[in-house]
Amino acid sequence: MKVFAIAEHRFGELNPLSIELLNLANKLGESNAVVIGKEVGKFASELAKYADKVWKIEDPSLENYNPELYIDVLLQLFQKEKPDVVLIGNTAQGSEYAPYLAVKLNAPVVTDVVGVNTENGLVASRFVMQGKIMVDLKIKSMPCVLTIRQGAFKEGVQKSGQIVDAGIKPSKAPGRKFVEYVQPEAGEVDITKASIIVAVGRGIEDAANISLAEELANTLGGVVAGSRPVIDNGWLPKDRQVGISGKVVKPKLYLALGISGAFQHVMGMKDSELIVAVNKDPEAPIFGVAHYGIVANIFDIVPELLDKLKGK
Amino acid sequence: MKIIVLAKHAPDPQSEVGVAGDGKSLSLGTAVFDINDWDRYAVEEAIRIKEKMGGEVVVVGVGKSEDTLRKCLAMGADRAIKIPFDAGLDAYQTAEVICEAIKNEKFDMIFAGLMSQDLNNSQVGVILAAMLNLPFATAVTSLEIGNGVVKVNREIEGGYKEAVQLPMPCLLTIQSGINEPRYVSIMGIKKAKTKELKELSIAPKASTVEVAKMYLPPVKKAELITGDPSQIATKLIAILKDRGLIG
Repeated sequence: MKVFAIAEHRFGELNPLSIELLNLANKLGESNAVVIGKEVGKFASELAKYADKVWKIEDPSLENYNPELYIDVLLQLFQKEKPDVVLIGNTAQGSEYAPYLAVKLNAPVVTDVVGVNTENGLVASRFVMQGKIMVDLKIKSMPCVLTIRQGAFKEGVQKSGQIVDAGIKPSKAPGRKFVEYVQPEAGEVDITKASIIVAVGRGIEDAANISLAEELANTLGGVVAGSRPVIDNGWLPKDRQVGISGKVVKPKLYLALGISGAFQHVMGMKDSELIVAVNKDPEAPIFGVAHYGIVANIFDIVPELLDKLKGK
Repeated sequence: MKIIVLAKHAPDPQSEVGVAGDGKSLSLGTAVFDINDWDRYAVEEAIRIKEKMGGEVVVVGVGKSEDTLRKCLAMGADRAIKIPFDAGLDAYQTAEVICEAIKNEKFDMIFAGLMSQDLNNSQVGVILAAMLNLPFATAVTSLEIGNGVVKVNREIEGGYKEAVQLPMPCLLTIQSGINEPRYVSIMGIKKAKTKELKELSIAPKASTVEVAKMYLPPVKKAELITGDPSQIATKLIAILKDRGLIG
């Protein structure tokens, strides 16, 4: 199989997921990396360590990611090179342009893939129901486009691939224009520095209940953080968000209260030294990453904890 | 400003969801259905723009979407299009029937939720953009309209945002948290009854997705701390003391 993995970079750094794409590509067949940007020599050399061939697509207009330009140049490359499988990271960038690219390639697309099997045709595995259920999807035609979840293909082989300039330029100006990157707002508390985090999720139910988590955090000498629904509801400020689109934390204790454990969140806290999760749903995916699990209502457990901690 | 919003009637993954006996489809008998959470924000955003600038908000649902479409009308959308076809897991088919349903609508923007809460594909909106050759942006966390263009912030990793500008018409997928969606009022529900909800029978061409197998993922499970709340608290405190996390 001829596999093309599209690398990703931002702020001058290669996203390590690009290498994971190549790990999968090498498992499937001939691995080709594609790297798009203004000057991508540095990235190409790094990618060449893991690919049979690296294609550079360089142009001043490609300095910042633009889905229309990426799709434009990739379609030009693929018209000549005829891929069987196109691998793209399931990131804010990759998940944005991959389905569009697939339509233009007349290719089926599977997003957020965590496993690939070739025993019986090409089968891609992914989660549905926010991590509760897994589905194996049979790819019915080639080429196909797969977006790959971070961390799913960490093991791979070394190569020393050839680097070529694809000689491709965007064929037209895009409708969408890049304006700027906006920095995250700084908060008064840096949750990445806390050694104990009491994190609340949708199970906290109401803004008024945040104070309960705060009381527990204060008693334990920690800080309060939250998962996406809590931030979306405005119950905690944005700088308290744990997850891919928020902060990555590694405290000594991560106490997850009423957090279901969506992948977005788990990637922000899975490396904590001790994870204790309280959730009333025994099937909640958070119990897959927690060291200790408590299947109960947080409003039954937290007051008991507070009583006992204060009375000790 | 005329905005089309895609709204899915979707099961809540935190309610009881499972795998059906055939090992290839979802079992949703006791699941709780409502408007997909991301779509709720998309509908709210469209209604706010209409309230400010005038125009029309048209909601489109695929499958058993009547309750959700009624809810959108009660929130303030002007009319709804229902396509009863059940696309199951097939995002391409979903986009295909929507594309056909809106082919005679002139619009300035299409809004979709970033993803559906049940399938988490993040595909339908972008596939529709490709079918219609529209400029697009995903995971939009704020937007500003002016002079035939829309400037948006889209969410990227690590708390950063990417600011981009798009011409209209365009398609945006909306990230949760962009606004505070309103509750449906009694007046809204009354008004919704008089609004148009048109049903269109559209079937897609061949399916693009075949489910080989559906199953519960093998997970390493946490060690459970059991007992009544008081016993659980005592056991947990002992573990934390053991680890030197509390004195």
